[in-house]
Amino acid sequence: MNFWGYKRADGRAGIRNHVLILPTCACGSETARIVASQIRGAVNIIFNTGCSDVAANTAMSQKILTGFACNPNVFGVVIIGLGCETVPHAKLREKIKSMTNKPVVSFGIQEEGGTLKTIEKAVRAARNLAASASLQQKELCDISELLLGIECGGSDATSGIASNPAVGELSDKLIDLGASTLMSESIEWIGGEHVLAKRAATPEIHNQIIKICADYEKHLLAAGQDCRAGQPTPGNKFGGLSTIDEKSLGCIRKGGTRPIVEVLKQAERPTKRGAIVMDTAGYDISSVTSMVAAGCNAIIFTTGRGTPTGNAIVPVLKVTANAQTFSWLEDNIDVDLSGIIEGTLTITESGDLLLKEIYDVCNGKLTKAEAYGFSDIAVDHVCRFV
Amino acid sequence: MTKAILLDEKDNVATCTSAAKKGDTIKILGGGEISCVEDIPIWHKVALCPIVKGEKIFKYGEIIGEASVDIAKGGWVSHENIFSVPRDYDNELI
Repeated sequence: MNFWGYKRADGRAGIRNHVLILPTCACGSETARIVASQIRGAVNIIFNTGCSDVAANTAMSQKILTGFACNPNVFGVVIIGLGCETVPHAKLREKIKSMTNKPVVSFGIQEEGGTLKTIEKAVRAARNLAASASLQQKELCDISELLLGIECGGSDATSGIASNPAVGELSDKLIDLGASTLMSESIEWIGGEHVLAKRAATPEIHNQIIKICADYEKHLLAAGQDCRAGQPTPGNKFGGLSTIDEKSLGCIRKGGTRPIVEVLKQAERPTKRGAIVMDTAGYDISSVTSMVAAGCNAIIFTTGRGTPTGNAIVPVLKVTANAQTFSWLEDNIDVDLSGIIEGTLTITESGDLLLKEIYDVCNGKLTKAEAYGFSDIAVDHVCRFV
Repeated sequence: MTKAILLDEKDNVATCTSAAKKGDTIKILGGGEISCVEDIPIWHKVALCPIVKGEKIFKYGEIIGEASVDIAKGGWVSHENIFSVPRDYDNELI
């Protein structure tokens, strides 16, 4: 199975060909937004960190920024810095250049003499990159180049019963075709971690999965928070999910049944192919941010209560099995799987339907959030700002 | 008729696919019928048998929590009457 994508020098394949306008810190975000708004084919992110951070937070924000730049859906990067942030634009640029040979240029607002002068230079640079990007032809790429991120958010009881098993079926089909899938949200393994760990390809992976859950609970307890007090969320409870265990046992079904071949730290790039899991927050925006930084080309997102979320770099395909949610939020949700609950659609048929949808998205079909230009981002933090 | 989905034969709850009113008969997809003893919102769980305080709640064939009060057969099972039991991670390691 092949799709038409953009082959990158590092061997990966993009399903989009964006010019990314990347701020180094919050202070570069508005300038980056204005630059992106001037150039067809450019996308930007709003970054809320990059300054006044402890080392662990800086390490996470750098993983996100470099991961976004290296994502195969990105053709080239224009970095907008300020000048006094923790990692200045030239340093970030050189770091990205050491990881990828795509074109990267950078500007600093303090060096250039303000936002307008920076915008002038950056728009010109972005225009040149967009012109180069427009010349790159799509090529047939093997489906094994697809790394699909699997996410859920705004879950209700329909998620675990129907849409998550359907996405699990999709994941199994993709892995059997040679592609890879990435499931995250480790806090939402708690209570189902013993079931998830049964899929581990090795005893080491089994124990990594258990340990991630134990460590997550300890981390929150150190901050005075019982994970069972925050999970399920009020919306989850309203939607019929009573405990974290019930939520997790439904959540993990979206990962399918194939052996888990690798466990990643947050925002890390996989080294293996197949079913992969990553330690991230259950906060969906943060989890998607980390999966995009890890190199996912597309995200499939199940929801029960509905969400508009999208990502600047990677198309987010949203599905629900809640008929009321689909009809009420049809402008935000791509695929209706309510037939599973009504008994008119099997899980196997749903997997086939989603495979077709993902195949179309790989070939360029815009998801609804993508067409609206949505670009949610949340960088996980371990500590207060300093 | 109101329906509820039973996911595993070990389960003592089923998930209602529409709102149920007290006195309704709920058809359990997966076997049998049950009389609903209180109003239950859509997507919430109905108890398939009497559940006493301290008893485990099963869904997906797995434990999702423990009853904090006695729950009648046909009653509403929610975050108000069940709670999550802490994990024993050390014993799960292999």
